[in-house]
Amino acid sequence: MDGSKRVYLYRRVLNAKLFIDVSYHTDINLEKMSGEASFSRFHFMRIFKTTYGKTPHQYLTWVRIERAKLLLKTDMSVSNVCFSVGFESVSTFTTLFKKLVGKTPAYFQQIQAERKRQIAEAPLRFVPGCFAEKSGWKNNSNIQ
Amino acid sequence: MITKLNHVSIFVLDQESAFDFYVNKLGFTVHTDAAMGPGMRWLTVCPPEQPGLEISLMAINAGMMFNEDTAKQMRALVSGGTFGFGVFECNDLLATYEELKAKGVEFTKEPTKEFYGYEALFKDDSGNWFSLGEKKEQ
Repeated sequence: MDGSKRVYLYRRVLNAKLFIDVSYHTDINLEKMSGEASFSRFHFMRIFKTTYGKTPHQYLTWVRIERAKLLLKTDMSVSNVCFSVGFESVSTFTTLFKKLVGKTPAYFQQIQAERKRQIAEAPLRFVPGCFAEKSGWKNNSNIQ
Repeated sequence: MITKLNHVSIFVLDQESAFDFYVNKLGFTVHTDAAMGPGMRWLTVCPPEQPGLEISLMAINAGMMFNEDTAKQMRALVSGGTFGFGVFECNDLLATYEELKAKGVEFTKEPTKEFYGYEALFKDDSGNWFSLGEKKEQ
C-alpha cells in the first residue's frame, strides 16, 4: 500500500481511537466505533488491530482499566470507579482489572494509598540521592 | 557490571506544562509526583511499556543546581532546541505520527526513510527534541 493511502486509513482509524479515548465511559459498541472511522465493522476491526495491536474492544477495556487505575489513586470507592469508567458490573470490572493489573481494584487502591502516604511523609525515599543532593533537598531539615 | 538505566533527567521550562505534554499527549504514566517544599517538585514519568525507566522532568530554577545566570542560560538553550534527549520507539511510526500530530505535538521532521529505517523528530513543550522510530525485529 502506498504512503498516502496508509495515511488516509490511519487518519480514519485514528478518529475511532480518539473517540474511544474521550467516550470510554459511555455505552460504546463496535458499530459506534466503526462509524467514527467510516468503515464497515469487519474492515474496521482488521485495520484497528493491525494499527494498534489490539482489537477495538481490547483497546476500550485497556483505556477503561488505565482510567480506573488513576481514579483508584483517589479515595473514590471501587464501585464508583467501576461505573465512572463505563463498566456496568463490579464483578466484571474486578475480574478484568485483576487479569490486566494482577491485583484486585481494592488491593491496588490500598497499595496506592499507602504509597501516597509514604511519599507525603518521607518524599526523599523516592528520589535518588544524587538528585536530592544536587537539588538541595538532602540537607533541608524540613524534608525527610 | 552495569545492567540497566533506571533514571534519566530532562530539563523542562515548566513542570505542570511538561506533565500535560508527557502524560496527556505522549501517553506516559506518572511514576512519582512528590512535593519537595515550596515551589519544588520531584516528578517522574515512564513510557507505557517501560515502567522501570523513570524520566525525571526537572524544572530549571535558580537554586542549588543553577545560579541565576546559569538558569537563564539553560532556559535559553532548552527553549532554543539545543538538546536532543533520545530515541523513542513505537510499533507503527506513521500511525503514531498521525496521532501525536492530532494531539498537537510539533514535529520538526516528518516520517522519513533513512538508511537505518524510518524516523521522525518531535519537540516537547519546552523545546527538547526526540527521535521517534519504529520497533525493529531483532
